[in-house]
Amino acid sequence: MAEDNNRLADASGERIPTVIADDVHIVYTVNGAGGGRGSATAALSRIVKRDKGESRGMRKVHAVRGVSFTAYRGEAIGLIGTNGSGKSTLLRAIAGLLPPAKGRVYTNGQPSLLGVNAALMNELTGERNVILGGLAMGMSREEIKERYEEIVDFSGINEKGDFITLPMRTYSSGMAARLRFSIAAAKDHDVLMIDEALATGDRKFQIRSEERIRELRKHAGTVFLVSHSIGSIRDTCNRVLWLERGELLMDGPTDEVVKAYQKETGR
Amino acid sequence: MSDTTLSPADLAAKHGLAVSGARPGLFEYCRQLWGRRHFILSFSQAKLTAQYSQAKLGQIWQVATPLLNALVYYFIFGVLMNAKRGIPSDVYIPFLVTGVFVFTFTQNSVMAGVRAISGNLGLVRALHFPRASLPISFALQQLQQLLFSMIVLILVVVASGTMPMASWLLMVPVLALQFVFNTGLAMIMARLGSKTPDLAQLMPFVLRTWMYASGVMFSIKVVLQGKPHWLAQVLQVNPAAVYMDLARFAMIDGYGAHNLPPHVWLVAVGWALVVGVAGFVYFWKAEEQYGRG
Repeated sequence: MAEDNNRLADASGERIPTVIADDVHIVYTVNGAGGGRGSATAALSRIVKRDKGESRGMRKVHAVRGVSFTAYRGEAIGLIGTNGSGKSTLLRAIAGLLPPAKGRVYTNGQPSLLGVNAALMNELTGERNVILGGLAMGMSREEIKERYEEIVDFSGINEKGDFITLPMRTYSSGMAARLRFSIAAAKDHDVLMIDEALATGDRKFQIRSEERIRELRKHAGTVFLVSHSIGSIRDTCNRVLWLERGELLMDGPTDEVVKAYQKETGR
Repeated sequence: MSDTTLSPADLAAKHGLAVSGARPGLFEYCRQLWGRRHFILSFSQAKLTAQYSQAKLGQIWQVATPLLNALVYYFIFGVLMNAKRGIPSDVYIPFLVTGVFVFTFTQNSVMAGVRAISGNLGLVRALHFPRASLPISFALQQLQQLLFSMIVLILVVVASGTMPMASWLLMVPVLALQFVFNTGLAMIMARLGSKTPDLAQLMPFVLRTWMYASGVMFSIKVVLQGKPHWLAQVLQVNPAAVYMDLARFAMIDGYGAHNLPPHVWLVAVGWALVVGVAGFVYFWKAEEQYGRG
């Protein structure tokens, strides 16, 4: 991303940080993880003994352990690591959606996660979901009205007939995924985080959505991308963070980190 | 690069970065919440519609559910148990139905409040919005549900001989006050429920006790005759009984002011303000904690 370096530094020539993670730890508490025989008595004895959760039935999962990094304006940062290494959890902490148990995340502006799935309701029509999703992301009614056609056209839901007025539960999984992506991508963001969003829909839609992501990147200061596809990391990112078991294993230019990652996981 | 020598906190301060996910001030929080009013309203309407969209009769259930509910209570308490002691027959049916609907409004708001955060973790973990939007939205959904019940209630009241009258307009302030009370209670329950989801199992028992103690199907005054006077008074000024009695007074011709406890409007406003404000502040105090665990 060297082509527009002058936009990315302040008067004294320093790079401008957009996200600073300072020794971030994230711990989940999981209820009912034990199950099986004797779990009711285990729960009782836990209450009696005031056990803080190491026993069966309640467990703490230390998902992110002491991650620190600084992201600068204009960077596109990829997050890689095997399943369950804490990538998505870290993104949510950066977005301020999951409070860290220890450490802090500082951000410039409001980082947003590209994802609106949880606000949508399968029982409602696509039309109402576009409005509901837009409102959930903080768009105004006018903004949604303005972009409504654009969102529906982009999703391609209406290409095979008037599907937007049907409940979302009647959509095929591909169609639903396309509509969700279209709603999520309708808003511009300061710091944008994308979690495996590129893998939805058919080939035609994938190309269209990659285009849309590049467009979003132009408007956003910093982009984070979680993906298992090394191809799309190589195509879009100039820096990569490699997480393993919640720890930051490596942080550097894409080529270097991806090479090390492939060497480690390749065989 | 001089930045490398700074600690992360100093670097953040130098470039004006703020802590992500920090709790805004109370005033700023209200402003953000007001900015989300369209989301709150449309989320509540969406939930209401989604509720019956699988059923063949669809939205007819909005009215049919409270109607069936009223019938069941009438059959058990009016016919089988004859609980109408001291209440004339033509008053008892609207008395019972009003009580059931008004109490259900509070009951459902509390239950929805318990699950407002713990049942919507996906939403809380994916998007930014003041979290109070959720309990408020669920309380609003229950208010809309109650407005459907009002159709049934008006039918029942008219069928038992009360003609439309001016005091029906009193339902507007009564329901507004009860809505504020319910919202505050829902926010308290939402915070408690986010830490202890087990409350969803416990609350039905607490609520049922509350219902029987509030005189939904009997007159507190008559049933507690001979018991200490203060007991009846305490039960009568409990918020559920206050809002029920005011609604009955507004809707039913034969339910006069002598059935109401003293200073009833003051008590109704007091409950709404105290629980509404306290609930809001209590919920806001843990704003940055929601979504963990």
